[in-house]
Amino acid sequence: MPHRHAGAHRATHAARGLAAACLVACATALAAHATAPDAPLPVQELRPGVFVHLGAIEDWGPANGGDVANLAFVVGSRCVAVIDTGGTPAIGRALRAAVARATPLPVCYVINTHAHPDHVLGNVAFRGEATRFVASARFARALAARAPSYLNALARDFGLRLAPAELVYPDVAVERSTELDLGQRVLELRAWPTAHTDNDLTVYDPASRTLFASDLLFVQHMPALDGSLRGWVAAMAELQQVPATLVVPGHGPAREDVRAALAEQSTYLDGLLRAVRAAVQGGLTLSQAVDRVGVPDGASWLLAERFHRRNVTAAFAELEWEDDTAPATGARAPGAKP
Amino acid sequence: MMQPRSLHRRRDCLRAAGAALLLAAGGPSLSAPPAGPDNPDAIPTWQKLRVALFQQRPIAPAGDWLRLVLPVRAEDAAIVPVAVETRPDSSPAHAIESLYLVIDNNPSPLAAVFRFGPRSGRADLETRVRIDEYTHVRAIAQTRDGQLHMALGYVKASGGCSAPPGKDAQAAQATLGRMRLQVQPPPQPGAAQVAQLMISHPNSSGLAMDQVSRLYAPPHFVRQLTVTLAGEPVLSADLDFAISENPHFRFYVQPHGDAELKAEIVDNEDLKFHTALMLRASGS
Repeated sequence: MPHRHAGAHRATHAARGLAAACLVACATALAAHATAPDAPLPVQELRPGVFVHLGAIEDWGPANGGDVANLAFVVGSRCVAVIDTGGTPAIGRALRAAVARATPLPVCYVINTHAHPDHVLGNVAFRGEATRFVASARFARALAARAPSYLNALARDFGLRLAPAELVYPDVAVERSTELDLGQRVLELRAWPTAHTDNDLTVYDPASRTLFASDLLFVQHMPALDGSLRGWVAAMAELQQVPATLVVPGHGPAREDVRAALAEQSTYLDGLLRAVRAAVQGGLTLSQAVDRVGVPDGASWLLAERFHRRNVTAAFAELEWEDDTAPATGARAPGAKP
Repeated sequence: MMQPRSLHRRRDCLRAAGAALLLAAGGPSLSAPPAGPDNPDAIPTWQKLRVALFQQRPIAPAGDWLRLVLPVRAEDAAIVPVAVETRPDSSPAHAIESLYLVIDNNPSPLAAVFRFGPRSGRADLETRVRIDEYTHVRAIAQTRDGQLHMALGYVKASGGCSAPPGKDAQAAQATLGRMRLQVQPPPQPGAAQVAQLMISHPNSSGLAMDQVSRLYAPPHFVRQLTVTLAGEPVLSADLDFAISENPHFRFYVQPHGDAELKAEIVDNEDLKFHTALMLRASGS
């Protein structure tokens, strides 16, 4: 398989124990961010016409220039679709430069897989007459609600002033699914019920059998829950049905052993569900659960210290109401008698 | 261009919501960096709020008999657990009558005012709040001798107030007002018991914009909570949308023979809900 490597290649970090499965063992190291304005972002052509940039396996912040999400573009015979644009406008510009270096074709679609800042703040670099922005039907509401806090974080942490008008909202809202024709290549887009977030969208390219799972799949990087744990567990079962032979996660290296990559994350999510459910049923408080529910056995995850407690928090708030069958007003609490 | 109109509406919402408790200082400017952890007395929102609430009365730093427990960094800014812990202490000087919970850099900084009744037993309290910016959090206790004491914390969190309420608005509406009240058995007969109250309510801030209409939904939140045991006050509170979606409270109740523990809430649309359970004398 031809692998075209563009840009700096810093091999610092082997994928621990996953090297065989990992398409590009040093993938995590390709997160070098542009040093000059509009220098092309490092990308690799993992399948013909499928270009991927792997972000750093780190939290979105100034230390990595906001370059933490995986970004991609797919080239058809007529035009290009970009999948996520990066955590700052500069990353978006560098990605645009990488597209221009790979192909003279225009970018006809920018697909946003969900409204988290590391995936969308580069949108502004692609704004233009010929480009349509595509996202889940729930995306615009989610981005609008969070926009002030994203802009604040850019100013506070990155020293970047971005006007609200520089956030680009979708022209095309996907309710359930749609197809985008790039010329001899038709991408299949699917919007999901609440899972990682309430506005997740995945892209499948049947021509190369590549699944762009967005943040419905994390590899090496601990999954981060900002939606519904039960919804995410359900989505994992459906993702196993996609006939992909390559999966590009939202964070972490691409994998050809698609089912194994999905299964590793399922082990974490299933374990989290069981442990938090037990904590709720055992009468723990939220704070106690956050302190006591450990990382489930299975794959080892990077950034666990940053995300696991947060996942427990979100899961707890979701699950503490799950078996509520009591009627409303005036009800006597079940099992309350001493 | 509709942006100016929606910005205007946003201010209206802030004003309407702030009026629910106390229209203190205006919300912090979105572009101004929040005050850092140094010199908490000098923070402008706090200075204004302090005068509005307490005038020139002295506020002493709380001793270790009153602790504010917060995460250093919020795991989720929309659900930040906050606990006030007291040391079991017979000193009447440390009997807490009311407790003010202040989040300096929130759009509406006064999150809650709790009052403890004779059936409380202990002024410990735990709830969950939204936090919009890196901020100081304050618990100011007024003791029965009229003195004020403040426990102070700092938490790194952002965006909690504008987090969209409810993943499924229709489902949230269907369960609106559902309440769960539970009481743990006393550690020893006659001792104060931990009660937990959960309320299904969006408790929305009105700060999450509907991108389609470009309007802000009106705030909808629980504004008052009253808990009684056989009609005697345990805990009452004036609340604000800074309390997280599906408001949650843990507090103490001092048992008193067979008696009904009752919790009632009123929201800012004057919707009223209640729940109750029987507490039985130990051993029955």
